[in-house]
Amino acid sequence: MPQTLVEKIFSRASGRDVKSGDFVFADIDLAMIHDITAPLAIKAFREIAGNEAKVWNADKVIMAFDHQVPADSVQAAENHKTLRNFTKEQGILNYDVRGGIAHQLMVENHVEPGMLIVGADSHTCMYGALGAFATGIGSTDMGCVLALGKLWFKVPESIRFNVNGRLEKHVYGKDIVLKLIGMVGADGANYKACIYAGEVVERLEMSDRMTMCNMAIEMGGKAGIVEPDKITLDYLKSVGREFKGDIKELRSDEGAEFQEVELDVTGMEPQVAVPHRVDNVVGVSEVEGTKVDQVFIGSCTNGRYEDLKIAAEILRGETVASNIRLIVIPASRREYQKALKDGLIDIFVEAGGLVEAPCCGPCMGGSFGLIASGEVSVSTSNRNFVGRQGSPEGKIYLVNPAVAAATAIYGEITDPGKIK
Amino acid sequence: MRIVGRCWVFGDNIDTDVILPTQYLLLPDVKSMSKHAFEPLRPNFSNEVKKGDIIVAGRNFGCGSSREQAPAVLKELGVAAIVAKSFARIFYRNAINLGLPVVECSTLYDEIGEGDIVEIDLENGKILNKRTGRIHEATKIPEFIMEIFRCGGLVEYMRRDS
Repeated sequence: MPQTLVEKIFSRASGRDVKSGDFVFADIDLAMIHDITAPLAIKAFREIAGNEAKVWNADKVIMAFDHQVPADSVQAAENHKTLRNFTKEQGILNYDVRGGIAHQLMVENHVEPGMLIVGADSHTCMYGALGAFATGIGSTDMGCVLALGKLWFKVPESIRFNVNGRLEKHVYGKDIVLKLIGMVGADGANYKACIYAGEVVERLEMSDRMTMCNMAIEMGGKAGIVEPDKITLDYLKSVGREFKGDIKELRSDEGAEFQEVELDVTGMEPQVAVPHRVDNVVGVSEVEGTKVDQVFIGSCTNGRYEDLKIAAEILRGETVASNIRLIVIPASRREYQKALKDGLIDIFVEAGGLVEAPCCGPCMGGSFGLIASGEVSVSTSNRNFVGRQGSPEGKIYLVNPAVAAATAIYGEITDPGKIK
Repeated sequence: MRIVGRCWVFGDNIDTDVILPTQYLLLPDVKSMSKHAFEPLRPNFSNEVKKGDIIVAGRNFGCGSSREQAPAVLKELGVAAIVAKSFARIFYRNAINLGLPVVECSTLYDEIGEGDIVEIDLENGKILNKRTGRIHEATKIPEFIMEIFRCGGLVEYMRRDS
């Protein structure tokens, strides 16, 4: 029977031929934990396996601190200390505060096509950009994984989003995925895997694919996936890795069952998710002129070199408006260094922006870079929920890096296509 | 398992940032976090909710982050069950793993009033609204998941099995 890529991955990981809807107990290839969700996961792990127990395979567990970085309170410092001790005694790789956002570190250093990966964070679905099946789980589930290296799953059905046409200037992966979320709604892909395909996706660089897979959760998706191709392999090479498997085996079969959604992006303007829901999506022209207080460029969604470059090209030689606080945070140390070497960081600083070390930043909503009541944030991150970036009386608009940069210059939501 | 309780009504797309805002995630224990449950929406919820109460909501309850602290604080406050038109996937799984019954029902929400008393029959997938006398069909919970509820959560279930 023809299988989707998702069914293939679960068949391999569970050791039998499975189809969507089957319950399986599957072997986990990699597990990611970070500073906010690890404490409860470790508690569950100890409750299941005992206080002296070792994790099932220390080489397959990866820890990074990214939510409260550097430690923003004594409480955070104590938490980091406890987690450091845990990874040390267990022999687990810990990027500590040095690497950047866990998701970015995973795609740069660990994720391979065809893997089954879990992470104790909802945006784990980003790793599907490399053709893996990766999904966010809670702490008790992670406790089980740390103990056994296995977890139960219901093999999800897949929705294939066929994206065709031509992308306009200043329109990116972010706009495509926002548009799709607006079309199907915040629960439109609940329990399902979102497979992005079509001529536009086939041409997208890995950075844009990561943005799209990252936001699959915002339509309820269990995973976001782009089937691996030459662009995937080239990306792996660019980060010093080589995929030894055969990507031809990691494609959905002809005739496999999908729910299909079509989108033609020709003529589509930059998209904006307006408060307080990610599926409240409009074209930028509908919200142009909205007064803004803070612009955030960063996060696992849009904090890569490519995103920073888009923003820097607009900000080059410009000055941030007097009413704006511009916060720029590269997603990882690697992305930060690329931006530094290319002079992008200089452009942000020259324009009056604050550049912070790689971490989640304002998207974490409880650390730094928060907004006050009545304030408006324009953000390249992934959620605009009430209180997500500080005060519950604040408002968040989600945009691509070009709209964010144009908005920083003019102090109000601005279509980058209309500059000059 | 039968659960009888007083209902609190919430809308569609109640996200985990609203159930428990991020800044409280690292408080020392679930008990201290639970004082902030639903703070952005209903600041007094944690004082007013009573052990055995039931939450009734619309679509996509628990969307957003994977934080297990969200169902954990509701359990800590004594919430006995959550009935929603649908649940976001990670929240649904987390609640099951903590032994907090989550029940999908497409019709109860449309007639529920704040404070109504309902009786949930988990095994048979029936919910009686005592105010209206109407019995609502709920999605039946698979035996595998019922067993986790009976054990009080996944940790207890795993311990029992090993």
